[in-house]
Amino acid sequence: MKSLATLAIVTLISCGGKEEKKSNEIQIGQKPAATEAPAETATSSASDTKPSETVDLTNKGIGPIKNVELSPEIDQAMAAKGMEVYKNKCMACHKPDKKFIGPAPKNILKRRTPEWIMNMILNPEEMTQKDPLAHALLKEFNGSPMANQNLTEEEARQVLEYFRTL
Amino acid sequence: MRKTINILVFLIMVAGLVSCNSGDKKGNNGKGGLSTNAAEKVYVAPGEHDEFYAFISGGFSGQLSVYGLPSGRLFKVIPVFSQDAEKAWGYNEETKPMLETSFGFVPWDDSHHPDISQTNGELDGRWVFINGNNTPRIARVDLTTFETAEIIEIPNSAGNHSSSFITENTEYVVAGTRFSVPIPQRDMPIKEYKGNFKGALSFISVDQETGRMGIKFQLMMPGFDYDLSHPGRDKSHGWFFFTTYNTEEANTLLEVNASQNDKDFIAAVNWKKIEEYVNNGGGTKVPAKYAHNVYSDETHTATSTMMNEVLTVNPLDVPGAVYFLPTPKSPHGCDVDPTGEYIVGNGKLSADLTVHSFTKMLDAIENKKFDGEAYGIPILKFEDVLAGTVKQPGLGPLHTEFDGKGNAYTTFFISSEVVKWKVGTWEVVDRQPAYYSVGHGMIPGGNSRKPFGKYFVSMNKITKDRYLPTGPEVTQSAQLYDISGDKMELLLDFPTIGEPHYAAGIPADIVAKNSKQLFKLADNKHPYATLSDGDARVERKGNEVHIYMTMIRSHFNPDNIEGVKVGDKVYFHVTNHEQDYDVPHGISMIGANTSELLIMPGQTETFVWEPKQPGVWPFYCTDFCSALHQEMQGYVRVSPAGSGTELKWSLGED
Repeated sequence: MKSLATLAIVTLISCGGKEEKKSNEIQIGQKPAATEAPAETATSSASDTKPSETVDLTNKGIGPIKNVELSPEIDQAMAAKGMEVYKNKCMACHKPDKKFIGPAPKNILKRRTPEWIMNMILNPEEMTQKDPLAHALLKEFNGSPMANQNLTEEEARQVLEYFRTL
Repeated sequence: MRKTINILVFLIMVAGLVSCNSGDKKGNNGKGGLSTNAAEKVYVAPGEHDEFYAFISGGFSGQLSVYGLPSGRLFKVIPVFSQDAEKAWGYNEETKPMLETSFGFVPWDDSHHPDISQTNGELDGRWVFINGNNTPRIARVDLTTFETAEIIEIPNSAGNHSSSFITENTEYVVAGTRFSVPIPQRDMPIKEYKGNFKGALSFISVDQETGRMGIKFQLMMPGFDYDLSHPGRDKSHGWFFFTTYNTEEANTLLEVNASQNDKDFIAAVNWKKIEEYVNNGGGTKVPAKYAHNVYSDETHTATSTMMNEVLTVNPLDVPGAVYFLPTPKSPHGCDVDPTGEYIVGNGKLSADLTVHSFTKMLDAIENKKFDGEAYGIPILKFEDVLAGTVKQPGLGPLHTEFDGKGNAYTTFFISSEVVKWKVGTWEVVDRQPAYYSVGHGMIPGGNSRKPFGKYFVSMNKITKDRYLPTGPEVTQSAQLYDISGDKMELLLDFPTIGEPHYAAGIPADIVAKNSKQLFKLADNKHPYATLSDGDARVERKGNEVHIYMTMIRSHFNPDNIEGVKVGDKVYFHVTNHEQDYDVPHGISMIGANTSELLIMPGQTETFVWEPKQPGVWPFYCTDFCSALHQEMQGYVRVSPAGSGTELKWSLGED
């Protein structure tokens, strides 16, 4: 209960405090940095590794994607298409190489299975509710929900290929 | 003598109201819905859907409301002819052109008669048309977006009331003038009306692919009041029927002076014949200024085009195209049964309902059974076109609908009731009171070859004590009757917006499957769209500042803007980057002299802000969009005019 109250205060302060951050920062507990990449978060105290840094190469997530075969070579044409899709539908929340509203996709394939990534893109509502890692990520990222941008499976696959180039 | 009759009618009307108030007050003999299973019949369980859509006119609100039947639940108010701050209709830069007319920007109208598009005489659920009565206009509402897609102004018309009814393949939407006027408009003494004013009946073609409307021709009729109309269907397809009153051509105190003639007319117009005449080069082009406004779902923007001429047709130039059917006492409703054989004229001051026969009409025309002419237009002999009369069914008949099972339902304003009678035998088989003073009635598909005769909606003119009082102005209301059995059964009262003049109903499954869930960002062709978040920016052109902004849960990009100055005209062009169902975002700016924007996924909208004072001014999302909705906010720094503050913008930078 106490931690909830603290979280609430932190959330409030972090919003109110943004404008005058440098000169006049009020700190209660730990303050999540809104945009900078490596920073502690208010909710990470339970485990040592943040969900965004957790490596899980077996969990395939929940959703339509059961199996993805990655070719040894990156398909550059597919990756280029993926970059277009990413630019128009994902970039508002995900910068390629730094934490923004959501985590950066750089090196994501070292931490997640291809299936998990595509299911997170295609089925974010169910993933955030039922997949423990996706659920933990929602908390890490201030409760900002991953938006369902209604990509087709083909587009999601292209985005995945683009992630391989980052 | 006339005065005595008027007083008599008034007394009967009062008596009718009083008897409603004191007697059978709550319906079902005062036992309410509990005496029957009425409650069960209108109950739509949480999460379940209604069986029918009902598009009910918003009357003097100028809008079109969408209800579910049988529940009577309101789903949406579609802004049509009036500004709507909730949806920025007529406030944002994109939709302002929709309300342009030859008189300039007209932000209000009086919407009356919705009609759903048809194919082969059956409802197809593509579009709803509705008329603006005051500044004559016809709108087309797209039933994939449930938004107004087009508005066309009708020149040479006034009191656009015998509108907007469509032919059975949606070839035409028809608009008749209630008030005859000088054509072209000119400065002349009012009392020279008779013989000099004209009544224009406009036939507006509809493109079957796009729905795009265009005035094909205007039929220049004698200066009567063209009150209501309906198309022929099936066997009478190709004809259109208009009731008239004030065939006396009075220009003052019409309640007396337009009630002199024993009979007025139903005008029967063979539009196929006129269409052929026009297609062969007939008619006269005359100068006429009118606006044609079209909204595009690709650019999310409307354009208004001012038209300069219209094709007019003198009925005398097309022999055999127009006839008058004498119809007693200022007929109001003009309704055609599903077979197309019977044309019902409801004489407001008549004791009986008059039903004409289409077959007899053709025969009378062929055998020239004429009873004189009016301004050169042949008048058919009343007895030779009459199919029958419904004797003494009630007082103040207005409108008739059909259930497709051989029954007709006529509304009576003065005696405040719905009367069911048999088409063909003309016998009254049932009557139920309405609370109070019903105007139009509606059966889903009741204006087509194939009605869905399960429910009847009465749209009432007086509400009085039916709901909790809300000061002198009480809610407008409608009532739902079950008409599936031999006896009509009143099931439900429900409030409506504006004055519910008329409605059009359709089975939900025809429409719901086509309803759009969002606009694809990739298809967005708005000239000021920001399709990629990386393109969010601010540009200055003189004193105009254009903000290319994106929005997605739960931030704006940019959300910090500096370098705006007092005296600037700031355009917020905001694109919603969500691509998921039901995630609109809103935006509003402190002190902006306009409404919020409410932007659907994939859509771009624009509002203008002219900052008056230096300072740092916040804007925020107005539609609760996510858990972090309250965080969806931003600031614009406004510097004094002439200051050197550099133009810059950012999101998430320190």
